[in-house]
Amino acid sequence: MRIEVKDLTYSYGESKALSVRALDGVSLVVEEGEFLGIIGHTGSGKTTFVQHLNGLIKLKKNCGSIKIGDFELGDKKCDFKALRASLGMVFQYPEYQLFAETVYDDVAFGVKNFMPNLPEQTVREMVKDALFTVGVDYEKIKDKSPFELSGGQKRRVAIAGVIVTKPEVLVLDEPVAGLDPVGKREFIALLHRLKKEFVKTIILVSHDMNLVAENCTKTAVFEHGKIQAVGTPAQIFSDYERIKNLGLDLPVTAFLNRELEKAGKGVQNDLTVDGFIDSVCKKFRGGTL
Amino acid sequence: MKDVAFGQYFPTKSFVHNMDARVKILGVIAYIVAVFLVKPFHFAGFLACFLFVILATAFSRVPFLKVMRSIKGILFFIILSAVLQLFFNTKGQVVFSWEFITITDNGLLNAGFIITRITLIVLGASLLTLTTSPVEISDGIESLLTPLKWIKFPVHEFALIMSIALRFIPTLLDETDRIIKAQKARGADFESGNVFKRAKALIPVLIPLLISSFRRADELSYAMDARCYSASKNRTKYKKAVLTYRDLVATIVVAGLITGVVFLNNVYFVLAVV
Amino acid sequence: MALLQAESVSFSYDKSVNAVNGVSLSVNEGEYVAIIGHNGSGKSTLAKLFNGLIKPDQGNVIVDGFSVLEKKDTFEIRKRVGVVFQNPDNQLVASIVEDDVAFGPENLGIPREEIKQRIDFALSAVGMEKFRRSSPTRLSGGQKQRIAIAGVLALKPKILILDESTAMLDPQGRKEVLEVVRKLNKEQKVTVITITHYMEEVVEADTVYVMNDGEIAMQGTPTEIFKQKEKLESFGLDLPVATQIAKKLIERGVAIKSDILTEKQLAEELCALKLKI
Repeated sequence: MRIEVKDLTYSYGESKALSVRALDGVSLVVEEGEFLGIIGHTGSGKTTFVQHLNGLIKLKKNCGSIKIGDFELGDKKCDFKALRASLGMVFQYPEYQLFAETVYDDVAFGVKNFMPNLPEQTVREMVKDALFTVGVDYEKIKDKSPFELSGGQKRRVAIAGVIVTKPEVLVLDEPVAGLDPVGKREFIALLHRLKKEFVKTIILVSHDMNLVAENCTKTAVFEHGKIQAVGTPAQIFSDYERIKNLGLDLPVTAFLNRELEKAGKGVQNDLTVDGFIDSVCKKFRGGTL
Repeated sequence: MKDVAFGQYFPTKSFVHNMDARVKILGVIAYIVAVFLVKPFHFAGFLACFLFVILATAFSRVPFLKVMRSIKGILFFIILSAVLQLFFNTKGQVVFSWEFITITDNGLLNAGFIITRITLIVLGASLLTLTTSPVEISDGIESLLTPLKWIKFPVHEFALIMSIALRFIPTLLDETDRIIKAQKARGADFESGNVFKRAKALIPVLIPLLISSFRRADELSYAMDARCYSASKNRTKYKKAVLTYRDLVATIVVAGLITGVVFLNNVYFVLAVV
Repeated sequence: MALLQAESVSFSYDKSVNAVNGVSLSVNEGEYVAIIGHNGSGKSTLAKLFNGLIKPDQGNVIVDGFSVLEKKDTFEIRKRVGVVFQNPDNQLVASIVEDDVAFGPENLGIPREEIKQRIDFALSAVGMEKFRRSSPTRLSGGQKQRIAIAGVLALKPKILILDESTAMLDPQGRKEVLEVVRKLNKEQKVTVITITHYMEEVVEADTVYVMNDGEIAMQGTPTEIFKQKEKLESFGLDLPVATQIAKKLIERGVAIKSDILTEKQLAEELCALKLKI
């Protein structure tokens, strides 16, 4: 599904005098297959933007248009349930949304809401698949209460509850917050695995610049409710001054490259760790290829 | 979602802000009594109360619109009670009638009377919460309740519980909003179906909210303990309320209001007789 | 004599598995100590043991001569060991910044005039004087956490424990908090124990302890700790990103120092390299 947002505007607060513009004329196209990283400091409008994508925040009249695949979000007849089944959204600290008596029921919640008439057998297969994908043992865990799991397991189960309907687009808001290094590494591996299976497009909101530089194919920078720049991570993060002015950090690789450029020794601008290492090895003595 | 909180504290410095919370609490109670003292249809008394609110607002430096907005929260309640009066009060002369609906002049007057009364009460009460921080309110109540210590009522604990509850309302509202959105994203539907279905749909919101409240309570109790909290020991109070000339002035004005209302009740009566 | 001394401390929540198991360590006055470990390694339990929020099942913790096992010493210990927790929202008691900072001193029964001085001191130490009369709900995460630190500082503690205090903050907030803590350590000589799983926050510490399964698995300076990549990884941890890159470059034959911890150090090394001809 292609995502096309045009001129999206949104204000908090009803009366004009007291309202705050959270989004101000945002236009963005996300092609199928992209891995988009949205960056910007707290309060720049990132979260408000992504919550528009599945209609959690309603598009108001004359406030722009959003088109996701065949869904016209401004259209009164737009089927939001169908949209939400194919555009999954993982919130910050998703484990806080667990509620059911058993892990099975919690993961099945989405399926039963979106496809109420499926036979139990099919539901079971879907739950099984989802739990398998996030890397937990279905048989061991299905009848447990989600509240007796460890923190890491809770988050996996919560994510299983979102991907259970095999959404084509997955939107994640600060998904690695609170994870320890191993948890984070495993989570990123999970994202790439999902992208190989059924998720076609990933939109990731994150403060972690290294994460974005390493994994995204495209980056959008938000500030004051506007998109300041869109491009590949390499393009975005090589505009050092702009990133600094926006109060954001540089990924480590971009920082190193900036210092090298200052010394007149800039390397080819690939900001993944491996890409950066390759270009350093190519340029400097001793480096093997 | 944050706007829901009824008259959330508006921090600034003003005559009303600087008043003693106890005087303000008692003042608001007296004001509410005054509003209730206004006899049916003696709208002049309401006018006096309204003038009082405007005066108090002016001295509080809280934008008037902000005070007015506090009505929004209970708008439904106001309309409901007015509508009930309008349709079910059959005394007096019929001014409008269609099918089974009859509206009488008495009903109209009563509806207007009730709207004004509730509005005035809400305006006054929200002026208290807008100009007095929750801590001051709970300290004030604690101080006013002090005599109850005599009958072993845990006044301090009661006040602390209240101030913590007030402190957590905005946090929990944010959290509710987030959980609702997260469950909607998983296809939860809170808007359709009958009452039972809708109530059931709330379970996926209420349970996480409950669990998170317990978690917060747990963490808060550790944080309070870590900062040497102990209910039994002799605590000091950083903020000690001291009565000032402001409190005296306000007391006189409130007393004047009550007298005025009682007087106007009679003046109107005199006018009606004439 | 160390300021804080843990002597083979063990603690179990459920009386079957020890969350902390025979931990001994000592922290000297003015030291900056980091305790790292994956989620569930027992590191946060240590924070609660260090100021007597929970009592050890075995062993003892002695702070400035006071024992956590002695009931009468409880407040003496809590006065000396302040803890700032993870979630800023769940540790602020009052709806006005200064009232919250006053909470600790009020509990100690300190006279009003002095409470006022302590609020002044604590708020200026965290750079939040301007927000004295604000409501914490309107502040950013980093600001809230600075208020939480001020609330602890108002007790004039000798030791400040940060129990994952930056975990829920954005990079900006994390920087603010670390800045404040660094200043307190350098200028006010406050002893700092930071519990974290952000490797980048560890590099400035004097001593690092690595927790695994409730036990201290490694101990040393940051350089010593981050030399042992495989061992760290086996405990569910990682090297700082700059150290990871440096390590890979060395493996590929690039001649740079092996003890790199920060991106600045790595940049200096890279800039000094000779180009291929």
